[in-house]
Amino acid sequence: MKIVIIGNGISGISAARWTRKLSDHEITVISSETEYFFSRTALMYIYMGHMRKVDTQPYEPYFWKKNRIDLVKDHVDHVDFDNKSLTMKSGDNISYDKLILALGSKSNKFGWPGQDLKCVAGLYSMQDLDNMEAHSAGLKRAVIVGGGLIGIEMAEMFRSRDIPVTILIREESYWNNILPKEESAMITRHIYDHHIDLRIGVNLGEIVDDGNGKACAVIIKETGERIECGYVGLTAGVSPNVAFLKDTGLKIERGISVNNHLETNMPGVYAIGDCAQISEPMPGRRPIEAIWYTGRMMGEVAAYNVCGREVAYDPGIWFNSAKFLDIEYQVYGDVLAKPPEHHATFYWEHPDGTKAIRLVYDVNDKTILGFNVMGIRFRHEVCEKWLKEKTHLEKVIEDLSLANFDPEFYKQHEQDFVDAYNKQTGANLKLKRKRKLDQVLKFLKA
Amino acid sequence: MNNIQKIGIGLFLLSLIIFTAVLGLNSYTLSSDGLSHITNDVHRNAIIEEAEKTGALDKKYSNNIAFIGDFKSILNNTQASLESSYKSNPPADVSEWDYKMGDWVMKDYTINTLKATGDGPVSNNPLLFLFLTFGLGIIGGLLFILPKFRALPGIKNDNIYHSALTRGLTFTPRVGILMATIIGVLIYGFKYMNGAIFWPLVTAIVAGLITLLVFLHEKKKETGPPRSASVPITGWIGFFAGFYLIGFYILLYWMPEYITNWTTIVDPVSHMLSGNDASQWFLYGLMYTVIVIVMGIRMMSKYRHNKYQRVRTASVMFFQTCIAFLLPEILTRLNYPYYDFKNIWPLNYTFFFDWNINNLIESGGLGIFMLVWGIALIVLGVPIITYFYGKRWYCSWVCGCGGLAETMGDPFRQLSDKSIRAWKYERYIIHGVLVFAVIMTAMVLYHFFTGSTRVLFLDSNNIRQWYGFLIGSAFAGVIGTGFYPLMGNRTWCRFGCPLAGYLGLVQKFKSRFRITTNGGQCISCGNCSTHCEMGIDVRHYAQRGQDIVRSSCVGCGVCAAVCPRGVLRLENGSTDIGERAEEVRNVHIEDLINAK
Repeated sequence: MKIVIIGNGISGISAARWTRKLSDHEITVISSETEYFFSRTALMYIYMGHMRKVDTQPYEPYFWKKNRIDLVKDHVDHVDFDNKSLTMKSGDNISYDKLILALGSKSNKFGWPGQDLKCVAGLYSMQDLDNMEAHSAGLKRAVIVGGGLIGIEMAEMFRSRDIPVTILIREESYWNNILPKEESAMITRHIYDHHIDLRIGVNLGEIVDDGNGKACAVIIKETGERIECGYVGLTAGVSPNVAFLKDTGLKIERGISVNNHLETNMPGVYAIGDCAQISEPMPGRRPIEAIWYTGRMMGEVAAYNVCGREVAYDPGIWFNSAKFLDIEYQVYGDVLAKPPEHHATFYWEHPDGTKAIRLVYDVNDKTILGFNVMGIRFRHEVCEKWLKEKTHLEKVIEDLSLANFDPEFYKQHEQDFVDAYNKQTGANLKLKRKRKLDQVLKFLKA
Repeated sequence: MNNIQKIGIGLFLLSLIIFTAVLGLNSYTLSSDGLSHITNDVHRNAIIEEAEKTGALDKKYSNNIAFIGDFKSILNNTQASLESSYKSNPPADVSEWDYKMGDWVMKDYTINTLKATGDGPVSNNPLLFLFLTFGLGIIGGLLFILPKFRALPGIKNDNIYHSALTRGLTFTPRVGILMATIIGVLIYGFKYMNGAIFWPLVTAIVAGLITLLVFLHEKKKETGPPRSASVPITGWIGFFAGFYLIGFYILLYWMPEYITNWTTIVDPVSHMLSGNDASQWFLYGLMYTVIVIVMGIRMMSKYRHNKYQRVRTASVMFFQTCIAFLLPEILTRLNYPYYDFKNIWPLNYTFFFDWNINNLIESGGLGIFMLVWGIALIVLGVPIITYFYGKRWYCSWVCGCGGLAETMGDPFRQLSDKSIRAWKYERYIIHGVLVFAVIMTAMVLYHFFTGSTRVLFLDSNNIRQWYGFLIGSAFAGVIGTGFYPLMGNRTWCRFGCPLAGYLGLVQKFKSRFRITTNGGQCISCGNCSTHCEMGIDVRHYAQRGQDIVRSSCVGCGVCAAVCPRGVLRLENGSTDIGERAEEVRNVHIEDLINAK
């Protein structure tokens, strides 16, 4: 059987790897972006000079041959689902028995005047990075439209080359539709500390043409202020990259509709990663989750299903992480910017304003619901176990050291956290465990 | 870079230029006064006679190269004439060994004569030149480094791959330079072994065999070229920095007579510490220590937010300054043996040499303690401490080579090759060196206890001379440090150090140390692998959710520091190490390993 995968991002490559682990099928991965799989999340580090492009490739070139995964660098122009055939830009046709669509996203554009000028782009693909690199020499200022993870990454990239940056966000505080208020405020302060000109509560009016089809300034909608700049980054989110599949009979809403086996409405066709829209997502989960980890899980699940072993997609307990300039962020479970009524929260922030721990729990029975950590590292497996087992909040607090994953010699803040909790609630909790690995492993096995 | 930093760089470069120029700034007049340091009357008079005959006596040389050329031929002629006159007319009052002039004393005579006869700005103002070289270098370095403390704390790797100093070379020139260096070492080694081809030939054959093994193995698995091969980048400043370092080591190890002016400028420091004139080894020790301190401060500024890095850096600075540099000098002053308490065999390959053992035994209680301490470190210290903490306790906390790699070498850590091919080379070579060190030491000890130099067809003096040349000097120094800007800062530690090999075996098979991977948080970005100085593809394990147990890991902690998602942590624990390191853990569907 011939399995064809369109897209060589984390989803497509995970699907290919797992298919190979589970079967002897012929596997072809098609991408027009790059020859080899690279880590999209590492694009920023190439620009910043932390890594070379080649360093972002998780597998050496021989890996693909060794695992008999054929790589095709070409662009799929059209998919003929009836005849199970792909028409390529090069004119070739590739047929398949089963097809996995791992098409990824494209940067959102909301119809702003000037959005298609030169030097206006998002940051999603290798081509976006090359474009950014090509226009960076002599750049006097860059304007980034939209906050979020990519926006702040782009700002960090420009700052690594001492290029002044302005960020325009609609919100009153950075990423406050995802981060709770205090964390959002912390990152907002941190952005200012890095000499990034963050403008809150503003929208992009238009991008000004310099007369040669190149962006030379942006105008803020609310104030009419004109900001001269040589590059405009559009980072107001991403959406599934599915335009070329419209009118093929494939069921598409915002993304490609899939059931919980990641099957589309076309027989033998699966969709995974950023481009997939789960018809009936798990409670509390969004239908499209354009993040690395879910892409990786979907790739694995799709491979099972392709190989005839039916497995339903269950992303498990939500987790994610990011790094905002110098502040690392991890989240486990449900930590919402606008929590429902039964969510209560206990938040501790270090006096230096760059570290924080938030525990979210159920008001009714005080079971733990989520963790948000800023500037501190927590253990994934420990948090997950607490969440899975619906552990009581105070039990979690007493054992909090088990979750500490900061490097050795770092000051531990669990005691401060407990003190703050006791002070606020009148409880008399004490830390019961130490951050010893052996204890952690015993806890995980228990 | 602000103006103060620019001035700092300028001062540092100036000090480097002056340091280099110092070598040519003296003139030399061979006078009988200048030979008075030779206490052997027979030798001194014979040399003066020979010098008179050739017209070199009281002749002024404007540079050391011409002087050394003439003086060496005078010594050679003197040696020959003493030899023949001893044969024809053996003197009654002088023993044969006092009468004849051996090769070894000739080297000492050359160096001491250069120091005694040197005249010029350097010899007349050593303190001034000490300031203009070491002083300006330190001031320049600190002016460049200290302003970095004002930056916001956080990872500071911006633009390292844009810098012509730190971005490395492409595969082909890098391999070219390495091959040229190896061939050069072998050819010079032939000369070093007085024209005996045996050991250089054996070395060449072993190198060929290793290459064959690596490539044969690759072909079977259809592996391709290493990943670091394909990117066209050229760091020309790095190239010159490497070139300078390689040159420095060649002079230091094999042509010390050409760098007597450098030892002259550090004489005042040596007089203060041990009371003796500075040898090239004192010069090297002082430079080494100064570099570890200044670049250690840089490391502190870079990892201001990371206490593990700060403590670790302070530790290597302490051990280099106090234990490796000051303490042995003070011991010498007190007439005790020169001894570095933290240097462990087989890195300290001369530990079991007869002269060292005899020296220690003859030095009373302290000497015996040193001998016992040294052996205890080998048989107890290494296995026990490594069991609890991994080899990092030594390699990135105590060791001098590690100290230099973690301070001066830090800007080059990303240049280590992460390919599987490099890993294969690493395993063959480092364990090969370990075996070589063991065989060499066994023979030396056999010689010590039985008095016989021969085992089968091998000669213990020969093998130890070759080990000292090939491993002790060429590998550890010329390639080990000279290749910092070309192949990364741990080239010696990773491929060559026999002690690292020994520690690594303990770490791999019997240690609580591992790097824990944090569940499924890895995003495969590759920062950990890129910045691993030992060339470990950390990401390979992290993205599978596996804990990392690798013999080569020196536990520097930089992978954990640069990880943007908090995925890695260096830990010690006795539980489950095998299980967590072996299994593919980051799987979403649980039963998968048995799935097929």
